[in-house]
Formats: sequence, C-alpha cells, structure tokens
Amino acid sequence: MSLASHYCLSQLAASGVGLLLALAPIGIFAGRRPLGSRLTYAACMLICSGLAGVALMALLTPGPRLESIQIPLGLPLGQTLLGFDPLSAAFAVIINVTTAIISGYAIGYGAHAREPLRIVPFYPAFIAGMNLVLLAQDAFSFLVGWEFMSLASWALVISEHDSAANRRAALVYLIMATGGALALLLAFGLLAGPEGGYAFDQIRRVASSGVGSIVLILALVGAGSKAGLVPLHAWLPLAHPAAPSHVSALMSGVMTKVAVYGFVRLVFDLSGPPLWWWSIPVLLAAGITALLGVLYALMEHDLKRLLAYHTVENIGIIFIGLGLSLAFKASALGTAAALALVAAIFHVFNHSLFKSLLFLGSGAVLNATGERDMEHLGGLIHRMPVTAVAFLAGCIAISALPPFNGFVSEWLTFQAILLSPQLPQWVPRLLVPAIGATLACSAALAAACFVKAFGMTFLGRPRSGIATAARETDRWSRSAMLIFAALCLLVGVLPGFVIDSISPVTQMAVGAQLTPQSALPWFRIIPINPGRSAYDGLLLFVMILIATAATAFIVRRFASHALRRSPAWDCGFPDASPATQYTAGSFAQPIRRVFGSVVFRAREHVTMPKPGDTAVAKLRLDLHDSVWEALYLPVIHSVEATTDRLNKLQFLTIRNYLTLVFAALVLLLIIVGTLQ
Amino acid sequence: MIQDWLTQLSQVALVLGLAPLLSGVTRKIRARLLRRRGPSVVQPYRDLLKLIHKEAVVAENASWLFRSAPYAIFATTWVAATLVPTFATGLTLSGAADLIVIVALLGTARFLLALAALDVGTSFGGIGSSREMMFASLAEPAMLMAVFTLSLFAGSTQLSSISTFMLGPNAGLSISIALALIALIIVTIGENARIPVDNPATHLELTMVHEAMILEYSGRHLAVIEAAASMKLLLYLSLIACVFVPWGTAAAGAGVLAYAVGLGAYAAKLAAFAFLLVLFETAVAKMRVFRVPEFLGVALMLGLLGTILLFVSRVPR
Repeated sequence: MSLASHYCLSQLAASGVGLLLALAPIGIFAGRRPLGSRLTYAACMLICSGLAGVALMALLTPGPRLESIQIPLGLPLGQTLLGFDPLSAAFAVIINVTTAIISGYAIGYGAHAREPLRIVPFYPAFIAGMNLVLLAQDAFSFLVGWEFMSLASWALVISEHDSAANRRAALVYLIMATGGALALLLAFGLLAGPEGGYAFDQIRRVASSGVGSIVLILALVGAGSKAGLVPLHAWLPLAHPAAPSHVSALMSGVMTKVAVYGFVRLVFDLSGPPLWWWSIPVLLAAGITALLGVLYALMEHDLKRLLAYHTVENIGIIFIGLGLSLAFKASALGTAAALALVAAIFHVFNHSLFKSLLFLGSGAVLNATGERDMEHLGGLIHRMPVTAVAFLAGCIAISALPPFNGFVSEWLTFQAILLSPQLPQWVPRLLVPAIGATLACSAALAAACFVKAFGMTFLGRPRSGIATAARETDRWSRSAMLIFAALCLLVGVLPGFVIDSISPVTQMAVGAQLTPQSALPWFRIIPINPGRSAYDGLLLFVMILIATAATAFIVRRFASHALRRSPAWDCGFPDASPATQYTAGSFAQPIRRVFGSVVFRAREHVTMPKPGDTAVAKLRLDLHDSVWEALYLPVIHSVEATTDRLNKLQFLTIRNYLTLVFAALVLLLIIVGTLQ
Repeated sequence: MIQDWLTQLSQVALVLGLAPLLSGVTRKIRARLLRRRGPSVVQPYRDLLKLIHKEAVVAENASWLFRSAPYAIFATTWVAATLVPTFATGLTLSGAADLIVIVALLGTARFLLALAALDVGTSFGGIGSSREMMFASLAEPAMLMAVFTLSLFAGSTQLSSISTFMLGPNAGLSISIALALIALIIVTIGENARIPVDNPATHLELTMVHEAMILEYSGRHLAVIEAAASMKLLLYLSLIACVFVPWGTAAAGAGVLAYAVGLGAYAAKLAAFAFLLVLFETAVAKMRVFRVPEFLGVALMLGLLGTILLFVSRVPR
C-alpha cells in the first residue's frame, strides 16, 4: 500500500483519540444515569475496537517509513506530530484489543459503581491519554499524553476516596508519577540536544551513545517506575487495587504496557546504537523485579494486591527479554536480538490478556461478595461457575503452563537465554545464567501463588457467610472474561501469527527479524532452526485433548459407573468447621519459611501457655518490606524533618520576612558577581 | 509414513502399558532388599483393575474440577511421557515439543493436582498441596537448569537431538554434564515422591505429601491418578536413560530390528535404574519436610553451576 493509506490510518487513529477526548466531558452528564454510563462504556468499546483495527492495519501494511500527520498545536516553535510506526502500531493493537474487552466488561460492571461520576468521565480520558502516548511522534505530545494518562488514572485511583488506604495510595502514586515524568522530561531534553528538535525523526538523527547512556538510566527510572520495576514499584500494589476493578485491569494490564513502550521507544529507537553494558542494569533490575514480585505476591492474601504484585513480576520477565535484546543488539547478534525482543513483546501481549482477565475476575468476586481478602472467601466455583472457569484459564496462563499463552513467551525467553553464550563480554555471560535461574524460580513460584489464589477463592468450603451468599456476575462481565480466556488459549495454541506480527517491530528496533512462522506445518514455531528447538502449541493441545478423550473413554468403557456422594474422608477426622481448612497464610507458610526468612526477614513468634494454663496460644508473624524500609522511609523521614524545621518560617513578623528577602537578594547578587 | 506413525503409536502404547510394570518392579526390588517376599510385579495392574471396578466415593462439596482433574492430569503426563524417546529417537511427534515443554507439561499436571487437592476443603488436602508447591518451587527450576546445561552442551533443546549428540563423537566427558545428572537424579527423587523426600507407602499423616493430596480420591479417579504417578516415574527414568545412557536407542526409521534392539536396551536401562533408585531409597531415612528444600536447593545450585561453567568455557565466536 502507499504512503497515502498510512497517512489515512494515522488520521483515523488521531480522530479516534479525539473522539475519546470528547467522550470525557460527555461522561460528566452521561454518568448521572446508569444507562448513560453504560452507553459511555459501550462507546469506549467501539472506539477502541476501531483503533485496534486501524493499528493492526498499520502494523501489517508493508510500506516505507510512515508519514506523521501534523496538528498545529504544541510548543511555540513546533507542531504536534501523530502517526504510527511498527513499534507504536504493535503496542496500539495490544492495548486497544485489551481495552475494548475491558470496556465491554465495564458495561455490566460499571453499573454497580457507587459514585459513577468519579469514574465515567475519567475512563475515556485515561484511554485517550494512553493512545496519545502511542501515537506521538514527538517528545512534546508524548509527554502530554503520558501526563494525561497519569492524572486520569490518579483520579480513578482516588474515586473511592472515603478509605484512608486509597487516599494514601493515590498520594504515593501521584508523587511517584511526578518523579517518573520528571525523569522522562530530562531524558527527552538530553536527546533533543542544544538545537531542541523534539520530533522523533530529528532526535534519531542526532542520537549518540554518550547521551544514550544517561537516557538509559533516566528511562529505567521514568518508564520503569510507571511499569513497576523494583525498587520503584512501591506505588503499584497500592494504587492498582484501589481503583474499581475494570480500572485496575486497565492500569495493570494496559498502562504498564504503555510504560514498556516508553522504555523501548527511548532505548531501542531514540538513543542510538547501544553500548554493551546497557543490558547489565536492565537485566539486574529485571531479575530482581521478577523474583521479588512473585515473593511479595505469595505473602499477600488480598486478591487484588496479589494480582498487582504479579504485575511487578511479569514486568520483570518482560524486561529480562528487553535486557537480553539490548545485549544481543550491542554485540550485533541480530537474530538473537530479534528473538529476545519478540519474547518481550509477546509477553507484553500475553500479560495484558491474562492480567486483565484476572483483575476482571477479582472484580466479579468483589462485586458478588464485597470481599477482597481470600481468608474470607472459598467455594465460589459452585456459586460463580463461569467466573471460576475464566479465572482458572487466567491462572494457568499466568503460571506459564502449556498449552496457554503465558508459556509461549516464557519459552521464547528461555530460548533467548540459551543463545547468550554467543555474547563476547564476560559480565553478561556470567549474569545471564543467574537471570535464567531467577526466571525459572519465579515461574515455579507463580504457579504456587496461583494455586493459592484460585484454591483459596474458588475451591474448598466457604470461609464466611458472604462467600456462601455469592451470586454469579452479569452477562456482559461473563462474556468479557470468557473472551479473554479464549484469547489466552488461542494465542497459546497459534503463537506463529503473533510472532509474525511482531516482526516489523524487531526489524525497526534491532534491524533483524525471525523467519516467518505462520506458514510452518501445524503452526509450529521454530525460532532458530528445527534441530535446535521447536514448539507446537496446536499439536500439543490436540494431543492433550485426544489423550484426555482416550482416558475418559477407557474409564467409561471398562470402569464402574457408580458414584456416591458422602462426607469428606480427611483420614477419618473430618471437621465440620470451614475454619479447619488451609488458608492463604497457611498455604504460603512453607514457602515463607524457605524464601521469606531472608527476603522479608520473616519471623514467627509463638506464645504457648504452660500446661494447665487456659490462656490463648498466640502466633505473631513479622514481615519486613526491606525495599520500603531501606529506600522510602529514610526519604519520607527526612522530608518530614525538613518541613518541620521550615515550619517556623510560616509564623514570622513582616520585619523578619523583609530581612529574609533582603538577605536572599544580597546572596544572589554575590553569587552572580562571583560567577562573572 | 504409515510405519512412522505406527512406531509413534507403539511408543504411546508402550509408555501406557509399561508404567505400572515399572512400579511393580521397583516395589518387588524394594521388598527383596528389605528381605520381604513382596507382591508380584504385576500387582499394580491388579490394583488398577480393582480400583476401576469399585464405586467412586466423592465428597459432598466436591466440584467438577475434582472429578475431571484426574483425567487431565493423566492426559498431560501421558503426552509428556510420549514425547520422551524410549526405544527410538526422532519419532513423528517428537518435533512438537522440546525438553522445556516436557518440564512445563509436568508443571501443568502438578498445578491441576494441587488444585484438586484443595477442592474438598480438608486440612490434609491443603497440607499436601502447599508442600507439593513448595517442593516444586525448587525442583522445577532445578530441572530447568539441568535442561539448560544439557541444551547448551548439545546446542539444542530437542530431546532427540540431545540424545543423538550424546552418542556422537563431540560429546566427551564434561563436569557440567555430571552436575546436570546429579541435579536430575535429585529432582527425580523429589518429584516422584520417593524416600527421602516423601514416602509413597506411608499413611502417617504429618509426613505425607503426595498421598495427602490424593486422600479424597477413590475408585476410578484414584486409579487414573495412580497410573499418572507411575507414568511420571517412567518418564523421568526414560529421560535420564535417553540423555545420559543413549546407547542402543534406535535412530529414526532404523527398521524393525533396530527397534527391537532399542526396546531391549530400554528395558535393561529401566531395570538398572529401578534397582539403583530402590537401593538408594533403602539406604537413607526420610527427611523432615523443611530439610527437603535444602536437598532440592542442592540440585538447583548444581544445575546453575553446570550452566555457568558451560557459559564460561564456551569460546565466543
């Protein structure tokens, strides 16, 4: 296709963003009635579907470098440039597909909101901000979109403002978002150089590795804090669960992906050729993030916070792929770099699917029971069968188990790790095996964590009255979750198409691409060559289906059909009280003893009364969030101490203030004088 | 073409038919080493037959997951076992999945079993499930690191390629491979609920892990789960045989005679491994639960060490 059609697609996308922006003020009026808010969400769903289609066309249309459309708004000396290139188109497909389905869920779920006016107007604005970041072809509109996204999501986080925890979450989020945006501002300022060309095309022309090194660190701070890289993740498990569940899904499943996009754009596209050591900080941060994220999640028994911590873990996995790709790119190992980048972007797609699904499921549970604490749930598989099936699919997918999608991207990451002995430098060659072990550990721990999450919420006996009274959620919500579950399976079974769609991105970012996969027999994927490694999700899925059918047939044909329902056996000592079941805390206890005693300095204090004493035995558990205590508390304390000191300045007489002003003036004059 | 599929199907049937026999043989050897006579080697078949003819008793509040999980667990284990070369390499379906996929398939089976254990809501189900996942959180990465070592050594993650490479002239002796072997053996012991990690014969409540998870199962469901467990042991032993003792295994399309030789070699290897496994089992005592992570942690560290050694010793091109 020609340039003109690309231009046309960019125009369509820009008008889609415009529509979303227009929807925000309409939401103020529409949100007053349930029907209005349903219609607003439906409009979001339609617009996002359209945007996804447009972005997919832009991604799959081969053609020369895309032309941006220009809008005469922006910095005094510039224009706003909007348009798609393969990188932004790929991310636009991912976020708009996910957002469209989430909006479909919100048509049903959003009707339950207590104060819809705090949500409905900000929801389209949030989506518009994210799309603007992706469409931006210059630093100014990128940052405007980024701030729009941050502020709109902040408003959504504080929508349930009557709880102190939510207000604190919003405050922490606002501070971290400001810091992150500051880092990005600096990064773009450095990239633009003294001439101040803020269009991406101009930046690419002047890119140099010297500036790039500082930009890398700034991108890790700016985009990394938005994505949730440890130690900048502290806001994420507070803010994501605080929002209403469909917004949590947007924040965890979609917004973190925009942050990943920001990192890829800055580091792979704008910073020029990478130096070999760039991969080291990325890989280190990624490995620590992956492992700590899942360990935090295991200690958690609030369902939504558990999911938020898993976002941290998955961001770690994505950044492992990105770090490997940087390392390969710096050493001119094109195919390996393409493989690692494909793994990372594939995982971006997968995570946006299954994390959104899981958050929607937790929303359905929250709506049915009013409870996020797993210690009060249980047995919901009987009362919410559809939600349970969808949530189970999400759990299997996020635990990286075949034949679902999470496994494919993890498999690709492992394949990239196995290529890294080709790297010429010693440091990454020593680091990468350790990163591989970290990744393997976090995958296994994630499986443990989701056995806990699903088992405590949906299986067993209800641990409280509210869990007994739960009802299945509405039709819109159920269909949205089932669509996500089906997509998780479909992508896992037919990964070749996704890999091929990512190829233009790798061509642009690392200058190489994998061989086309979707034409291979049985939709097999062969990243390097068939003797080395291959995965055939479809064949595997069919084999499992046939084996299950064969087993069921044999048992049905030859076994007794008799089935008797009776009380649980439990080794002869069944206890009627549901309190005797394992809880989320007790399930995680062995893992806490193995890993937590180091990472969280977990200590158990048992107070056991003497024999004959009827006092209550007590168990107290101490957990320490080392990152918070070592990094954040000192900053908070010093800020508080300084403000306490400065507080005196508020109560001075006018004479003192005049003296201070005079003193400041003299001081400045002296400084200016000495500098000249 | 048809012959290839027939060979593949015979592999599918072989693992299905042989798995209970392997359990029977290990039990027989164990009994003889303990100076007992022990039941016949075909006893596991009789047990399975007995179980499927019994009425299944299911707890009142068990969901569909409890009743369907055994079939899914068995199917995934069966598929994984089919993908490991036994008497011949390079079978028709072997290109579908590599060693990492096989590890992950076993992970799927474990995930479903751990969920099924939680379904009825008893304390034993919880204890089994929680401990199993704790063991797995170390055993699975240990296995993957051993897999990494093998793959880096052979330049492939495909089992057939690794097996062929090990037979070839470039293999040689390597410390990394020895480390990977030790790691794999530890994982085999841990994952198959053998002493010293777990005791398949126990019903002493506080020491059981696997048995605690399947405590609520009976009748045909229990039979399917037991069959899956013996299939898993067969898988691990075949895996070690195919990678570390590849001699005698037939190449793809080698003809009936070579397949017969391969089959004989395979049976001999399994018997030898079963003997060694039981010999080790009878020589050690069962560990406390919280000693097991240290045991499995050794495997993880050995696997990692093997991988790092290969990373460091490989001269970059």
